[in-house]
Amino acid sequence: MNRKERKLVATVFITCVMFGVSPRVNAMHIMEGYLPAGYCIAWGILCIPFLLAGFLQIRKRLRDDGRSITLLAMSGAFIFVISSLKIPSVTGSCSHMTGTGLGAILFGPCMTGILGCIVLLFQAVLLAHGGLTTLGANAFSMAIAGPALTWLLYLFCKKCRIRKRVSVFLAAALGDLFTYCVTSIQLAVAFPSPQGGVAVSLMKFLGVFAPTQFPLAILEGVLTVLIVIGLEVYARPELQALEAEKGEAS
Amino acid sequence: MNKNKKTVLALLFLVLVIIAGPVAGRRDARFGGSDDAGSVMVEEITGVYKPWFTPLPEIMLGGEVPGELESLLFCVQTGLGVGILAFCMGRMVERRKWTEQEKKEKE
Repeated sequence: MNRKERKLVATVFITCVMFGVSPRVNAMHIMEGYLPAGYCIAWGILCIPFLLAGFLQIRKRLRDDGRSITLLAMSGAFIFVISSLKIPSVTGSCSHMTGTGLGAILFGPCMTGILGCIVLLFQAVLLAHGGLTTLGANAFSMAIAGPALTWLLYLFCKKCRIRKRVSVFLAAALGDLFTYCVTSIQLAVAFPSPQGGVAVSLMKFLGVFAPTQFPLAILEGVLTVLIVIGLEVYARPELQALEAEKGEAS
Repeated sequence: MNKNKKTVLALLFLVLVIIAGPVAGRRDARFGGSDDAGSVMVEEITGVYKPWFTPLPEIMLGGEVPGELESLLFCVQTGLGVGILAFCMGRMVERRKWTEQEKKEKE
């Protein structure tokens, strides 16, 4: 991003935060129609700056190094595959993973946000899964908050010199869990319990999602490690180009 | 077998255990979706909740999407993803083969 683009993102970010927060901020995927309109709009607006940054980053990345489209496409495809598989869990209900870990580790949360939104849109329009009205809230939890945690954790692990595969596992698994935590928070804020308010609701929603999602988060971590091993063996030139880019940026 | 292969095989086995374990271990379970469980919980907290918008496919079809169609569409999603992954991976595997061959020829 050049200076002008950075300024644009910053301005949009500030405006959006103000819009999103001030007028009274009023799960994996929250189902269509299950979030009051005010919250839908607020979460949607909160996503816009991240997505704008992601769009500009992708444009710049492809202009600088056309070859990175391979890895970008693979990160997107990984989300497509992983988030379409509903896996049985120990609680006796099924859920699916997010698959955003790979993109977040390779490209950071903003670019992954764009990839995640494509998947969410696909699922909302064709599969009646998630929803168009809840797209903003779902995008924030699955495509932005989860990847952001994954990315930060991965950077942190790298600083601590933890082995690469271990850090990939931790980052992807916890990012997946965090996605569901954010979903629970979104639902709890919108539906505070009449007896105990937001906190009681939050515990209830977490109680639904967390036990189901825990084994799946481990699974997501393992699968992400597997694809990273594959890329390390066969896509060394692309990975090195990415690393070099990151080195220059920091 | 090199170390990488061993790790990959061990991890694949772990994947199998995590997926097959619950199915084999809990024969009583119905394996419904946890997204649905979320909306059940909403109703538990607020009383009866009427969704204020119906999913687009349900509007177009005038009712719920039939299970078979839904699984078809989910398969399309998986297929698209696997297709792109496999295409890219295949190209890379092949590329590594000939770059290594070139290296050998130079030596």
